[in-house]
Amino acid sequence: MAVNTKTSLKKRDSDLANINKQMAILNGEPFSNGELPSFAKKIKDTTDQFPLRPKKLEIIQVNVGYMCNQVCAHCHVDAGPDRKEIMTRETMDKIVNVIKTTGAHTLDLTGGAPEMNPDFRYFVEQASAAGIKDFIVRSNLTIIRANPKYHDLPDFFKKHNIHVVSSMPHWTRGKTDTQRGDGVFDKSIKALQELNERGYGMPGSDLRLDLVYNPSGAYLPGDQASMEKDMKAALLEDFNIQFHNLFAITNLPIARFLDYLVASENYEDYMYALVDAYNPAAVENVMCTNTISISWDGWLYDCDFNQMLDLKIDNKIQHIDDYNEDLINNRKIQISQHCYGCTAGAGSSCQGVVA
Amino acid sequence: MYENRLAVVERFFYALMNKLILVTKNIIMDKTYYDPKDLRKFGKITEWSEELGTKFFDYYGQVFEEGELTAREKSLIALAVSHAVHCPYCIDAYTGDALKRGITKGEMMEAVHVAGAIQAGATLVHGVQMMNKVNKLEM
Ligand code: SF4
Ligand code: SF4
Repeated sequence: MAVNTKTSLKKRDSDLANINKQMAILNGEPFSNGELPSFAKKIKDTTDQFPLRPKKLEIIQVNVGYMCNQVCAHCHVDAGPDRKEIMTRETMDKIVNVIKTTGAHTLDLTGGAPEMNPDFRYFVEQASAAGIKDFIVRSNLTIIRANPKYHDLPDFFKKHNIHVVSSMPHWTRGKTDTQRGDGVFDKSIKALQELNERGYGMPGSDLRLDLVYNPSGAYLPGDQASMEKDMKAALLEDFNIQFHNLFAITNLPIARFLDYLVASENYEDYMYALVDAYNPAAVENVMCTNTISISWDGWLYDCDFNQMLDLKIDNKIQHIDDYNEDLINNRKIQISQHCYGCTAGAGSSCQGVVA
Repeated sequence: MYENRLAVVERFFYALMNKLILVTKNIIMDKTYYDPKDLRKFGKITEWSEELGTKFFDYYGQVFEEGELTAREKSLIALAVSHAVHCPYCIDAYTGDALKRGITKGEMMEAVHVAGAIQAGATLVHGVQMMNKVNKLEM
């Protein structure tokens, strides 16, 4: 079913804008009636990882706001132009202080479209001066072409040696546009070409450009390596575009993707598919085991998905104001049935497969 | 008070409607040979004959592995054959598999046409038998 979402769930005043309703679905059938095992039971029965706990902190993922120039049908953030949740400079400064002392090697900025935060450039400058090995910005590509004030982003990224990670769901026009909205494809292609011109994504270049692929519908991604091969060949042949790696990411049943699954009567089949594809070997490397996620208003979460479900970390410390890496690393991770999205097949995380 | 009673009546009718929909659904389900949910239970065939079932699934798994044909090519063949053997479970399964592999709608439909063309050809080539028979019988 082609879903053209024009507004966020929040703006539509949809039932699922209410997080409790989302949790009720995830805790309901086919789990509540025992047809499928809960995620907790599954990992208890098949691994020695229960309760799930973090290992060494490697990645700090910061969500600088839910505002976005796009309204993708699969978005787990329910992002869109109408979302007003935006990180302030004050919170950014607190995060910069954390970066100065953290043991993590990667800072990962996400949103929404992070570039739409009015203090985005300020934050990038401060954070990169604070020193971090790998500095990722998740850019949806079209933002670069959305408005003249963003046209210089490729140069800005290059100046700060930003590692750009961008979404490119499918290399045929139709698929990208049903998932992400009309015109997304052409703008994305143009943006990729501009990044390539600056040296991003070129073979041997230190300017990293990775692409993210999400399925545009109620199915799981295929094998990451073969999709990468196909996508590289097609983008090179059709548009002379190059990139480094492809991350195949499973859509998690949260926010707009959950809404789509329910509305298209695919929810139950999708959950069965996730549970069927459950891979115990993926559990020990799920993203929350090496990541901490910080929301626009400074709350701490196990991952960006838990952030959207408002499942704050299970710890005395829950906010950036009281940040203490040793203390927060000693916690149990908050899990629910959406976690099956991270353990299907070769596993899935913001850095692609994990097993 | 009046409004309250109205709400009760409304709720009653709502519940009744839901019940009716459920009953109708069940009747329809009971009278249908194919239930999409049965595909999920495919693995259970081993429960009544473990050895043969397991052998079948091992064989099946191996057939679809990357070989001299790519897994992608095999998926398209399976999609075409699913149509030729009129198996709704297989059509569901291999349509999903094709999407997963990034196979385009155009490629999928072309594969179905291959199955269709072979089936049409198989029917029409028997026309030769008919012609032979007519030629033999007629003076
Ligand atoms: S998926 Fe990304 S680009 Fe699309 S609406 Fe959500 S945040 Fe924006
Ligand atoms: S959804 Fe979050 S908490 Fe659950 S397994 Fe994935 S990363 Fe961990």
